[in-house]
Amino acid sequence: MTSFCVPRIKQLGLKQLALGLSLIGMAWQVSAQTQVSDAWVRATVAGQLSTGAFMTLQADTDSQLLSVQSPVAKIVQIHQMSMQDDVMNMGQVESVPLPAGKPVSLDPNGYHVMLMDLTAQVQEGSKVPLTLVVENAKGEKETINIEAQAKALGTMDHSKMH
Amino acid sequence: MSTLYTRRTVLRGMGLLSLGLLAGCDDSSKLSFKYGKDLSDKIMGRNFKLKDAQGETRMLGSYRGLMPMIFFGFTQCPAVCPTTLARAAQAKKLMGRDGERLQVIFITLDPERDTPQMLDKYVKAFDPSFEALYGTLEETAATAKEFGVFYEKVPSGDTYTLSHTATSYVFESRGNLRLGLSASLTAKECAEDLLTVMEVC
Repeated sequence: MTSFCVPRIKQLGLKQLALGLSLIGMAWQVSAQTQVSDAWVRATVAGQLSTGAFMTLQADTDSQLLSVQSPVAKIVQIHQMSMQDDVMNMGQVESVPLPAGKPVSLDPNGYHVMLMDLTAQVQEGSKVPLTLVVENAKGEKETINIEAQAKALGTMDHSKMH
Repeated sequence: MSTLYTRRTVLRGMGLLSLGLLAGCDDSSKLSFKYGKDLSDKIMGRNFKLKDAQGETRMLGSYRGLMPMIFFGFTQCPAVCPTTLARAAQAKKLMGRDGERLQVIFITLDPERDTPQMLDKYVKAFDPSFEALYGTLEETAATAKEFGVFYEKVPSGDTYTLSHTATSYVFESRGNLRLGLSASLTAKECAEDLLTVMEVC
């Protein structure tokens, strides 16, 4: 695939090249160890201080998601939401286990990334850069840069639409 | 027969309720919902007094004639709050013309950080008819207590998040509490039960 694309890139302008690359990043971020797909951030209204980022992670070997950084937020934390007797419990976690070969969903029903103290409004349709740090069982750290799509504030969580 | 008996009893005693009957209301004390919880025997939410984005005082009586659906949350909530508000907007659409009478009310549990103007923009991003209410810390605590809503601050690094009850409380048009909708239900399930409430009044 890559060798096919290279000659064509020469004919494209920088803008198209950047667009193409960001589209690839959005659809399926491939790296040596961990794949990140369907990354999205919930858009905010002006003045709203925080929001959530969601995605699916799949590691080749037993690993864990250690941290996330983003230029749009001063504080980024990993949280876990759980429901008990219709009470939503929220709390920060140190890491998210990523068992080998198993897709782990960060979605509004469980683990998610909290973008707090936002530096600006997250506009629907914009791209939000995220840097993920994943560590495997050997203690090797991997840094993954992705761009998450900002979706409308009122986006329904599809995993719940049964 | 039982309906007749109810009507006679009510007409004999209580003028107010008979007015309700004339308007086509059914005073059955119990309702059967397919998905939600019947809260007809609970008395909640009768005394709250909060402010809307314009600073106007709002209470349950302010929504007479509408079907208020009250949900508690905060705008820094990434999961259950936006999902529940999006579900409410979808349920309202699924109800068709009847949905026009559904008044979704979002009460902030985080008045220290949720400013009135931002709250208003936040709820209206889901549906322009939605309203957000806020109070002082004391008013917020009193309102939550009245509804039996649990909430607590969870320290999170230099900041905090909130754990809270995620139930939506539905009143019929005369202000009687009828239905509790859990966060686990879908928009379609909610719409069905909301239409059952509308059949009553």
